[in-house]
Amino acid sequence: MLRLELRGEMSRTMVYLSPIAAIILTFVSGIIMFTILGVDPLQAIITFFISPLNSADGFAELFVKATPLVLIAVGLSFGFRANIWNIGAEGQLAIGALAGGGIGLLFFDVDTPFLLPAMLVVGVLGGMFWAAIPALLKTKFGTNEILTSLMLTYVGLLVLSYLIHGPWKDPDGQNFPESRLFHDAAIIPIILDETRLHFGWIIALFGVAIAWVVMARHMIGFQVRVIGLAPRAARFAGFKEKNIIWLTLLISGGAAGLAGTIEVSGPVGQIIPVISPGYGFTAIIVAFLGRLHPVGCLFAGLLMALTYLGGDNAQIEMNLPNAVTGVFQGMLLFFLLASDVLVRYRLRILRPTKVTKGANL
Amino acid sequence: MGDWLVPALLTIITASTPLVFAAVGEVVVEKSGVLNLGVEGMMIVGAISAFAVGVTTGSTTLAICSGAMGGATVAFIFGFLTLNLLANQVAAGLALTIFGLGFSALLGHGFVGKTFPGLPKLEIPWISEIPFFGPLLFGHDILVYGSVIIVILTTYVLNKTRFGLLIRAVGENHNAAHSIGYSVKKIRMACILFGGAMAGLGGAYLSLAYTPLWVEGMTSGRGWIALALVVFASWRAWRAFLGAYLFGGITIIQLHAQGFGVEIAPELLSMLPYLATIVVLVLLSRDSTRAKLSAPACLGKNFHASG
Repeated sequence: MLRLELRGEMSRTMVYLSPIAAIILTFVSGIIMFTILGVDPLQAIITFFISPLNSADGFAELFVKATPLVLIAVGLSFGFRANIWNIGAEGQLAIGALAGGGIGLLFFDVDTPFLLPAMLVVGVLGGMFWAAIPALLKTKFGTNEILTSLMLTYVGLLVLSYLIHGPWKDPDGQNFPESRLFHDAAIIPIILDETRLHFGWIIALFGVAIAWVVMARHMIGFQVRVIGLAPRAARFAGFKEKNIIWLTLLISGGAAGLAGTIEVSGPVGQIIPVISPGYGFTAIIVAFLGRLHPVGCLFAGLLMALTYLGGDNAQIEMNLPNAVTGVFQGMLLFFLLASDVLVRYRLRILRPTKVTKGANL
Repeated sequence: MGDWLVPALLTIITASTPLVFAAVGEVVVEKSGVLNLGVEGMMIVGAISAFAVGVTTGSTTLAICSGAMGGATVAFIFGFLTLNLLANQVAAGLALTIFGLGFSALLGHGFVGKTFPGLPKLEIPWISEIPFFGPLLFGHDILVYGSVIIVILTTYVLNKTRFGLLIRAVGENHNAAHSIGYSVKKIRMACILFGGAMAGLGGAYLSLAYTPLWVEGMTSGRGWIALALVVFASWRAWRAFLGAYLFGGITIIQLHAQGFGVEIAPELLSMLPYLATIVVLVLLSRDSTRAKLSAPACLGKNFHASG
């Protein structure tokens, strides 16, 4: 008989071992899955996880894909630590992209170096605005932020769809649902020639550094951690729970909005109906895999970006549906959640106790 | 008027049926105190399981059963993670959706472009020919009737039976239910499997009857709408049924509105269900006593016997 027993305190070792165990288990399951499907597992794993990275261009693409994932995941980590579940980053990303991209379209003919920074700032504000709605509803009425942020994701994506099929459609675009292509002043500069690697990656790294300092050294980070670990203690210490709700939702919404603006002014270069292949949802996995720590999110974001590249590669080279990406991401999170149980609990093997004859019980 | 009204109402029924299944399943899951955000994933796995078996064997019965089985199987993963390994329900549900969408696309890769003849209509001679009511009430397929029966059964079981009382007890106060000797885990697992099977049936309806084809990601967000419906219905099966028809109706009106020359962007109409849900959520949570009456008190909280 196996039994789970609550540990006295969280196991530090398991916190770090658990993601590694999850990655190994995902690989093993991937090999089994490919074998069952009749695909050569070794070739599939190589196509999926290794060959996307055998060129400088491959690494550049990895960083391009990791940029939004890392940014959003770092933002979400603050909320998740304080048990505030913003799962609407996908919608905040869309609204941020609309706000930031909208500035790019509004000042379409203006050629100034201030345009791009203005877009990024407004993008952050757009994402914050969308996350402020669940924050307002939660602090004012106690409405569950999981459900409201999720509902708003769909509303946000529909706002995007509406604008891009209607008022913001490129007038010379032969009726395609796309905005005009941004001018150079609204495009994030490329930092590595001949690739798509852009300055957004530097912004993401900067975000990680700031978040690390805030989480480890600033009062905000301290309050977030205390509220998450010991809500009662936080109340006795006089931390304002409402402020933390506002703060964490604004941070995560702002980060998602920034990621959205970077996407439209970076790799995409215009506003299109599908800006993100679910980065806002995948970033939730990234945050968990990265142990809600900014540096962890950085590595987890790179790994998750690799699953996107691998999915595309497997589609091109092996004619596998690129949805395999989702299978890997889902499995990874399943295994991570499963092995995380050992962070807070330990396994006890219970032997059926033998009752000796004549013992007084 | 009857020329277009009856077909329009019939399309509302077909648009609503998958939502009814998924939402009623989730009502039971949430009543037991579990928040499973993986409805979309369970639906799509149900859709491909039903379609694959239907096309391969040609049997409608087997197809429907495997749809329910498919949904329940992936729901079991969720149940095992959250009940036995005490994983976070939000994360596990999201993982289930991401996994389900990918896994179904992988399974369905070889089924793209194949067709299924659809579900047979259960016609009743004479009665089906009564104008207006005949085609509206009769001549549907078995899953449409099944969805109505499920709603009635669920309402009955939840409110009038001992097992329903247990489900509610576990959802309201798992510690109390545990301390008087009921297995929180087993009851919740039963509810999760039921929810998975229902979501699977909803998916099966999509791929067997609504559009008898396999298309990657064909549930297109219906699982999330079902989740919204549960809240909209304040955790009551019959209200979830009404809500599903309301949402299904909005979908159809949106399709017809343009036909009637109504100048309103389809996206704005599509937003209505989500906005309505937010409004309902706020109304429910604003009055704290009313919130206590509707949302299960242990919703989303994990249970471990050692406390």
